[in-house]
Amino acid sequence: MANVVKASNFFQSTTFPNHVHIPSLTKKPIVSFKSLNPMASLSVSPAVGISETFTKLREQGKVALIPYITAGDPDLSTTAEALKVLDSCGSDIIELGVPYSDPLADGPVIQAASTRALAKGTNLESIISMLKEVIPQISCPVSLFTYYNVILKRGIGNFMAILNDAGVHGLVVPDVPLEETEALREEAAKNNIEIVLLTTPTTPTERMKPIVEAAEGFVYLVSSVGVTGARTSINLRVRSLLKDIKEVTSKPVAVGFGVSKPEHVQQIAGWGADGVIVGSAMVKLLGEANSPQEGLKELEIFTKSLKSALP
Amino acid sequence: MAISTNASSATTVASSSSSLSSLNTLRRPCKFHQCPLFPSSIRPVSSISCTLTKASALPMEVKESPNSTISQRPDSFGRFGKFGGKYVPETLMFALTELESAFRLLANDEAFQKELDGILKDYVGRESPLYFAERLTEHYKRPNGEGPLIYLKREDLNHTGAHKINNAVGQALLAKRLGKKRIIAETGAGQHGVATATVCARFGLDCIIYMGAQDMERQSLNVFRMRLLGAEVRAVHSGTATLKDATSEAIRDWVTNVESTHYILGSVAGPHPYPMMVREFHAVIGKETRKQAIEKWGGKPDVLVACVGGGSNAMGLFHEFVDDADVRLIGVEAAGHGVDSGKHAATLTKGEVGVLHGAMSYLLQDDDGQIIEPHSISAGLDYPGVGPEHSFLKDLGRAEYYSVTDNEALEAFKRVSRLEGIIPALETSHALAYLEQLCPTLPNGTKVVLNFSGRGDKDVQTAIRWKLLSVEEKAM
Repeated sequence: MANVVKASNFFQSTTFPNHVHIPSLTKKPIVSFKSLNPMASLSVSPAVGISETFTKLREQGKVALIPYITAGDPDLSTTAEALKVLDSCGSDIIELGVPYSDPLADGPVIQAASTRALAKGTNLESIISMLKEVIPQISCPVSLFTYYNVILKRGIGNFMAILNDAGVHGLVVPDVPLEETEALREEAAKNNIEIVLLTTPTTPTERMKPIVEAAEGFVYLVSSVGVTGARTSINLRVRSLLKDIKEVTSKPVAVGFGVSKPEHVQQIAGWGADGVIVGSAMVKLLGEANSPQEGLKELEIFTKSLKSALP
Repeated sequence: MAISTNASSATTVASSSSSLSSLNTLRRPCKFHQCPLFPSSIRPVSSISCTLTKASALPMEVKESPNSTISQRPDSFGRFGKFGGKYVPETLMFALTELESAFRLLANDEAFQKELDGILKDYVGRESPLYFAERLTEHYKRPNGEGPLIYLKREDLNHTGAHKINNAVGQALLAKRLGKKRIIAETGAGQHGVATATVCARFGLDCIIYMGAQDMERQSLNVFRMRLLGAEVRAVHSGTATLKDATSEAIRDWVTNVESTHYILGSVAGPHPYPMMVREFHAVIGKETRKQAIEKWGGKPDVLVACVGGGSNAMGLFHEFVDDADVRLIGVEAAGHGVDSGKHAATLTKGEVGVLHGAMSYLLQDDDGQIIEPHSISAGLDYPGVGPEHSFLKDLGRAEYYSVTDNEALEAFKRVSRLEGIIPALETSHALAYLEQLCPTLPNGTKVVLNFSGRGDKDVQTAIRWKLLSVEEKAM
């Protein structure tokens, strides 16, 4: 009996902790980037948001070209130049990857790029400084692509504020499923960041519907079952998946993962997609070039070839 | 009220030692719970189990009390408090749901239980003994002759030499029922890889093991064992080429081949339902311990001790006793060169909350949220994360977590080999090393049960390397 009393006392003194400690939000104050704000006044043409971009393109009967590159590979100054090249070659939205040590949704090309970028010391702070200089100089909106831990570490609210302050318009977080996106969307909304959600060939229709409903900016349709990386052909299921999504929403749908050739983007556009996302093929050009200049040149040629394949 | 509580407790009793049906046993919030009124020592008496067999087959139909969700672990989305969850690419979400449904169904399927029990008995060699470590007990006696009594739960005597096989067998059977013939797994030291390769051979399943290229060099014996058993061992070169990268690569394979493949995750980590499922497959350890304790001394253990990397052997032992508030639960992590050296794997001691490999838990990470490579002499504890339920039990104050260094573990490795004639795995040696700090603080006669999670044959090479160093040092 003595044991019993002791037992209940023990538990009463150790109830559930009320304070949930999410990592501190204030480690890198956003004020530290404020010094660069005057750059905003140099803005050529202030970029519009992601949804707005799609609205405009739709009016013109165009399909969005959305290239992806990994920040910091081969280095951040090349990334800055690459953003300008992509912008000037007709990109409509640019997705910029913030490197993470354990990118679960990425294939070998982007993994390797992330590892190289991290080895160079690339971090959120340096990426944001770079973006504050570059975003005012380009016309298309920038969306970041990163993993949840990078966001959690800053604190969700703080992370969104940092993005907003840098002029970023969208965010893709591939390891946060719909059920966990509420906190992300809430903080994003306060900071004018659109949270893009992904649906995949393994997503049942009844699950796809709420994803599509919650998606902001556009619906990201993953073309195939697998991680990012070039594939020889586009999964034919994309056609019916696009049809399914279009039946439940008027939101724009962009197709990504495995899209790497002008033929691919042409085919996907023909199936009625509102946008195409090309990642690993771009990352490879920049990461495997003999020099940053050579990589940028190849990036320019490749981007133009994709653009000309699209309506 | 008293009767209904008793009945739900008895549901656990009724299940055979390996039964998973306790999954659905109501867990009452301890503030109001009546458990202490019904000494749990009466729970596992096997003699009454046959009379309750019917009841045990129906735990799914037990009406949940309004309070049950508060302490039900995990909740419907796989959360243990704020920990756990499913942070994975959307492609895997359906497979995880499917896996959870299959698991819950099979947990109540008599034929499945029977098959699992049979294999655990005749192939794995369960039950494992609860052994009184006489000389180790003697070693911790104080000058006045008083001290705790040390018992070892001999998981090292299982087929393949560690607790890992309990989970591998369960998941292989599950994969068979799911109709998936291709199995993938990650491994660090190779113990989980060997266990998985073993069950795949036994059940005729294709087996691919992801292993960091660096670990493959360090554990070449286990690489050979896996290949001998018919598995394909794939070297992972990405990132730091160790366990965390092997795990990432296994998850990527699963993302790519999810329609044909089952992923046998080796710890109580990863996305829901893995932490729950792996815990349930290992819960047999604690259930047997309760029964054996009653047989040996007619009571419960006072203190449970287990090493924690991902935390599967610890969770397997603890789970049965989490609601017994008078049983202390102690997890021992790897402090490597020391918790302040920056070279350790003491995730619960030094980590911060974040998301890795699908779950929210304590992690070793830097200021940018990048995962830090851990260090431990024991490859099985060399992981930068930890199972979410351990994080939960830590924050709740229900379990205590401490750490011991590489050197302390090596000393225990030698000490227990010489005192008991049992060579422990280096992982287990961490739990054994903590006895040095724990035992002097325990009252006379305290019954300590330590999970002897694995045997140390695989670690002899490592021990030779370290011992050689110390010989050189002595010669100097």
